[in-house]
Amino acid sequence: MTDLGQIWVYLAAEPLLWLTVTLVIFVACTWLNGKLNGHPLAHPVLLAMLALIALLLLTGTSYEVYFEGAQFIHFLLGPATVALAIPLYDNLRQIRRLLLPLLFACLLGVGVAVSSAVGLAWLAGARDQTLLSIAPKSVTTPIAMGVAEQIGGLPSLAAGIVLITGAVGAVAAKPLFRIARIHDQRAQGFALGVAAHGFGTAHALTIGLRAGAFAGLGLGLAGLLTAFLLPLVVGLFVG
Amino acid sequence: MLHGLTLIFVCQLAGEALVRLFGIPVPGPVAGMAILLAGLVVAGGPAAPLRRAGTGLLAYLPLFFVPAGVGLIAHGARLKADWFPILLGIVGSTLLTMVLVGWLIARYAEPEEDGGD
Repeated sequence: MTDLGQIWVYLAAEPLLWLTVTLVIFVACTWLNGKLNGHPLAHPVLLAMLALIALLLLTGTSYEVYFEGAQFIHFLLGPATVALAIPLYDNLRQIRRLLLPLLFACLLGVGVAVSSAVGLAWLAGARDQTLLSIAPKSVTTPIAMGVAEQIGGLPSLAAGIVLITGAVGAVAAKPLFRIARIHDQRAQGFALGVAAHGFGTAHALTIGLRAGAFAGLGLGLAGLLTAFLLPLVVGLFVG
Repeated sequence: MLHGLTLIFVCQLAGEALVRLFGIPVPGPVAGMAILLAGLVVAGGPAAPLRRAGTGLLAYLPLFFVPAGVGLIAHGARLKADWFPILLGIVGSTLLTMVLVGWLIARYAEPEEDGGD
């Protein structure tokens, strides 16, 4: 019989292993979330992230090896973003009617998202590269990584912070909208897209397709504004 | 399904090419989303295979964020040192932005005539 250690050595070198483990863990976490009546703190993405990090640490697997397999899942973020055009198209009439308020709210939202994140972290003692990595936290990962690099932050830390931001937005959405009495699907979706990018958009899609469409629009607009404006603003302060 | 997926990939590829060609500071998929939207307006809506492929992908959107999230593993030391300011900045700013943007839109938007979907 072949030694178990040898089988592990073979499997650990194959992309199939971590691809499958990621899927199995995500399915298990989705099941667990259902058992907990969809409790927001037991968000399947958060649970899966923690479980996978623990597993990588336990097995002494590097992130590079893990990503060899997980990249196939990561890749699908791109096509899924393109697919947001479909709910956007379905809600085009609603969006046209609200275009000016949407643009205004987005500009204000981007300003508040960046300044309050940097301000609060600075007050609590964060400096330099940590601050610059928090600044683009509300926009979609590829934009945030690009912006962080441009202004002198750490792209991979920015990506992680973006993810936590998305999780916080998704977890807080239900109670927050209830307390603030925001019941309109368009408002909920757009707020989730501007403040919590694609992760928030994924959550908005669970509220409804219209919320998802407005979230997709918020994600795109906020990303665009942040990509253009943040490097200019940082240049003013630093330069 | 395959037709739909192919169309989505073509739009993403066109988006990637476009942002590089003109140096637009936006990720390729976001440009691809704009291209597909323009195409849908011209065509007067998505055909059944495109809608099936698109909604199929969107149903699993949360899963696609997991691999990037696991990347936090590389920043253990900085997270240990700076976890409080980072968390305060993230939570405070995200909640503030969501309430502000949501409130503004809810204020300006007339009531939904069909109650959502």
